[in-house]
Amino acid sequence: MIRIPPGAAIGLIVTGAFFLAALLAPWIAPYSMTEIVGDVWEPRSAEHLLGTDNLGRDLLSRMIYGARTTIFVAGMATALAFTLGTVLGFTAAVIGGWVDQLMSRGVDLLMSIPTLIFALVVLSVMPVTLPILIVVMGVLDSTRVYRLGRAVAVDINVQDFVEAARLRGEGRIWVIFREILPNALSPLVAELGLRFIFAILFISTLSFLGLGVQPPLADWGGIVRENREGIVYGIPAALVPAISIAALAISVNLVADWVLGRTTSLKGGRGV
Amino acid sequence: MHPVVKLLAQRIALGVLLLLAASVLIFVGTEILPGDVAQSVLGQAATEQALANMRAEMGLDEPAHLRYFDWLGGVLQGDLGVALSNGRDIADAIAVRLSNTLFLAGVAAAIAVPLSILLGLLAVRFRGRWPDNLISGTTLAAISVPEFLLGYIVMYFVGVQLGWFPTVAMINDRMSLLAKLNAVALPAMVLTMVVLAHMMRMTRAAILNVMQSPYIETAELKGLAGLMVIYRHAMPNAIAPIVNVVMINLAYLVVGVVVIEVVFVYPGMGQYLVDHVSKRDVPVVQACGLIFATVYIGLNMVADIVSILANPRLRHPK
Repeated sequence: MIRIPPGAAIGLIVTGAFFLAALLAPWIAPYSMTEIVGDVWEPRSAEHLLGTDNLGRDLLSRMIYGARTTIFVAGMATALAFTLGTVLGFTAAVIGGWVDQLMSRGVDLLMSIPTLIFALVVLSVMPVTLPILIVVMGVLDSTRVYRLGRAVAVDINVQDFVEAARLRGEGRIWVIFREILPNALSPLVAELGLRFIFAILFISTLSFLGLGVQPPLADWGGIVRENREGIVYGIPAALVPAISIAALAISVNLVADWVLGRTTSLKGGRGV
Repeated sequence: MHPVVKLLAQRIALGVLLLLAASVLIFVGTEILPGDVAQSVLGQAATEQALANMRAEMGLDEPAHLRYFDWLGGVLQGDLGVALSNGRDIADAIAVRLSNTLFLAGVAAAIAVPLSILLGLLAVRFRGRWPDNLISGTTLAAISVPEFLLGYIVMYFVGVQLGWFPTVAMINDRMSLLAKLNAVALPAMVLTMVVLAHMMRMTRAAILNVMQSPYIETAELKGLAGLMVIYRHAMPNAIAPIVNVVMINLAYLVVGVVVIEVVFVYPGMGQYLVDHVSKRDVPVVQACGLIFATVYIGLNMVADIVSILANPRLRHPK
């Protein structure tokens, strides 16, 4: 039985609740995402727990469906970033030489332009659809994973057991997936949490700027955008996603810290 | 040649090279990707003839590398082209907006830099006690909220509930400095909060790193007071990493400014960029992207140069 510290337990419960809400959105949302059920910007009431939005739709339902879109896009982008980043990073570390130089300098170049600016430049010519958003976010974020993956793999690559595998006559694919990957997993898992939060913040920012998830789909950044005029009249509807994003980010952080702490005590160092 | 001069020359050459490569990347990002500018401007219903005319008018029928050198040559002479959406000169529009953006970022930096270094010092002085925990906790919370939401939270509580400052940051040339400062008070406050957290954490880490050196223990053992040890012995050695931290965060500020300008409807570069991304006005996006990348790469280069200059081992080689 693993003992979970209280901070990490809260983190796990809150994160789990958000994911469940996202998965079960059609069953737990009290109203439909697009149906107009009341007046514009109604205050909190028994029928509408969080009030209504700028068109009179139920805010709670939109938040739940929004969680679905936001978590889905951020999750897919993170998965893509990890697949791409680790595979390329490990390959660079194992092959070394000019392949490593070429890929590492390419990553340096991509990272020399701020991520948001580069995403805006690319999205100005591409149609803004969910798959394109996921690919753009995933590719840009994979540069960070690449850096970490390569650094960890370079350390592992010089260990005796990798040498032994090479002498046995194993190929590169074996070395990458059977020798390096299992040993590099713990720092990467901790990083996964941070990259996921970053992706949530990033997609919310893009949607807020009107360049991410497009209406009528709901997502947290978009909800802020739709309700922002209300702020000036003292209607806090646009602040509701703030609480969700912060709660999710902090709870994922707590879990990631715990995973990182556990793995450092096991392995005696994070190997960055 | 003095080794420092050589190092600096190398670093500057690398910066210029990086900038050139970034300009290629921005150009490729907008021109060679499967998206078609003419199609984006005219929409899905455009006829083949209209598309061909549009492409010829924009010079899109020439090969990509020729267009790149055309564009780069223009940029180097200060000619950024004309905006597709309204046919106005981009350089003129950017000049005004860039100075507005620099004003906002400058105000934020003027508050954030001294404040974060002071708070970082305090966190180190009271390491592990409540001031340190309070500061670390607040920064963790600030990092978990995206910039634009922090903007609305501040706007709602300080601008609307308390009514201290205007919620929309309108600014023009005829305003006095005081009126301008009043107008940018809220966005500058949010930007300060955004970079403060990062900058303070990094300052704290930089000073803590120095504090673990043996000469600090010597200073403590000879009876110097806590803050005096930091001021006389830790600070001089922590200057290089701190300047580095400041520069990296100023570069971060440049990106944060984009979002904050949209939140507070501030007439700066970020607002201009975002508006023209939704209008799919590629020349404007390229120009803005290049300017943001230049500032970002430039600040990172300055950070490296300062740390080279601040290192006495490099200044006085054996």
